[in-house]
Amino acid sequence: MSATFLGMPGNFPKNAAKAVQDSQLRYNLRKATHTIRGKRANVVGELPDWQELRAAGKAIKDHTLRNLDRYLVQLEAAVTRAGGTVHWARDAAEANAIVAGLVKATGETEVVKVKSMATQEIELNQALAAQGITAYETDLAELIVQLGDDFPSHILVPAIHRNRSEIREIFLEKMPKVPPNLTDDPPALAEAARLHLRERFLKSKVAISGANFMIAETGTLVVLESEGNGRMCLTLPETLISVVGIEKLLPSWRDLEVFLQLLPRSSTGERMNPYTSMWTGAVEGQDFHLVLLDNGRTDVLADEVGRQALRCIRCSACLNVCPVYERAGGHAYGSVYPGPIGAILTPQLRGMSSDLDASLPYASSLCGACYEVCPVAIDIPEVLVDLRAKAPHAAAERAGMKVAGWILNDHQRLARAQRAASRLRGLVPKRLPGPMSAWTDTRDIPEIPEESFRDWWERNERA
Amino acid sequence: MSAREEILARIGKAVAGAADVEIPRDYRTAPQVEDVVGLFAERVDDYRAIVHVLPAAEVPARIDEAVAGRRMIVPDGFDRDGGWGDLDTADGVITSCAVAIAETGTIVLDHGPGQGTRAQTLVPDYHLCVVRADQIVAGVPEAIARLDPARPLTWISGPSATSDIELNRVEGVHGPRTLEVIIST
Ligand code: SF4
Repeated sequence: MSATFLGMPGNFPKNAAKAVQDSQLRYNLRKATHTIRGKRANVVGELPDWQELRAAGKAIKDHTLRNLDRYLVQLEAAVTRAGGTVHWARDAAEANAIVAGLVKATGETEVVKVKSMATQEIELNQALAAQGITAYETDLAELIVQLGDDFPSHILVPAIHRNRSEIREIFLEKMPKVPPNLTDDPPALAEAARLHLRERFLKSKVAISGANFMIAETGTLVVLESEGNGRMCLTLPETLISVVGIEKLLPSWRDLEVFLQLLPRSSTGERMNPYTSMWTGAVEGQDFHLVLLDNGRTDVLADEVGRQALRCIRCSACLNVCPVYERAGGHAYGSVYPGPIGAILTPQLRGMSSDLDASLPYASSLCGACYEVCPVAIDIPEVLVDLRAKAPHAAAERAGMKVAGWILNDHQRLARAQRAASRLRGLVPKRLPGPMSAWTDTRDIPEIPEESFRDWWERNERA
Repeated sequence: MSAREEILARIGKAVAGAADVEIPRDYRTAPQVEDVVGLFAERVDDYRAIVHVLPAAEVPARIDEAVAGRRMIVPDGFDRDGGWGDLDTADGVITSCAVAIAETGTIVLDHGPGQGTRAQTLVPDYHLCVVRADQIVAGVPEAIARLDPARPLTWISGPSATSDIELNRVEGVHGPRTLEVIIST
């Protein structure tokens, strides 16, 4: 990627205003979020003990966070005992330097990567490029994003803002050996990616991954995925470097019985994802390095209300139910963590000194749907409100008013907002949050009609 | 201060005074399933894998049929003769498994005898797995309890798949395109 997230200009309302003009983006997002939402509800409904699993997941994470220092030391000992090497990184620069050093020590200048939010967060690919090392993303969606010189827009389906013909264009332009008669049929596109990457997998000597979970007791790392690119990266290269946020820890092996039920069902809406790989230390002769990443996490941990964001297992369920995300798209959040979780995690990790970060706690209608679906019961609305109080006041107020202004000023946007509101009638609060509450403290927000006038007009005119 | 010491110190400071949390484990640790074999077969089938449920005596003939015309990798310890391909040239691989989970339709390899290396079940386009009925447990907790974390583990639920292009499911992006499971009763 040549562009950079951290420097993305503007703020949430501005970015969102741009996004709602993009009808392709909104169509793709709506289709994706609603499809996954439906699948998720089905498979969650299958488990009679979902709420018990959720309570256990929440408690396991809280207990881990409370004793994080002890468990990290235990993890380090277990990984070391199993032949791995553990490194600690205070921030992005330190993590990137460690990884670059490890890659250089192998003498290689190319690495394959399995999708990892932590390495996106620290912009590892750019840091490696500056050291003359090329990092190749191998997840199909990440490949599309990387070749398109673009940003991910969803945690689970990062290229959801691209349609098949755009993907075909990107492949034709950027893949050296792609057949010129490539169609935009999804199987044909996937086959092109398979051929493109297979060669790379078989010759790569170094791979970089993240991890979904680390087990303190045993030193085991766990990666969940669908395509097999994760297995390729974790298995074939001689050196494996995993960069993992310190909050990804679980105390005991047994705890996986909870999270391997919560994560796939919440995330892709499947009973289980196609592939899960687990390894403990150096496996089958591979050289294994684990880089433990802080990068702001200990600051989040110090915040009594906000620390619950560290329970997040990145399932993306909250994105798929969020009416604001659905319309604004992932890019508007200006960070690798989009949607409701991004709105609370990003300003905590980065602080709220920029306009963008100060505006993120306002990127929500506080409808509460994100809390309902969260498999580890993170009370996102509670953290949002708390962050609003902490945001630099003038900037926050500006941002809050802009969110309202952005919806209300332009008649086209208003029409869309009314339609969205009709669907979500039951969820709209009677009081506006934050700086706008002064207005609604003395008035009710007008009832939203079941159908907007515009929709009624269009329907009746057509009929 | 080293990064390690500094991070540990920051954590200590951040959580000082916070109360610890009890972990409730009221979820099902041994789900009651009447027909684990039937449920497993049904759930594997849901992933668009090919499934057969057969008496043990009929399994060898079924394997012959499945691998006919294919160059197969037969890992050490798999109870069968032959081994007609290596990683670069094989069309497929045949393995046993360590444990299988009915509720999720998952097979787990711990890469012990008969299960091959991690690469052998990944690179060829076809994976044939033989699961004994007594290896099937009802839910995830029982599987976790049976497995040894010191071993490398590969959990497989259906063939490789992606939904990255407009959410269309496409099989076999990188891993095997076809997963065939023979359940031996
Ligand atoms: S906040 Fe909860 S719902 Fe959102 S991604 Fe994280 S775990 Fe999933």
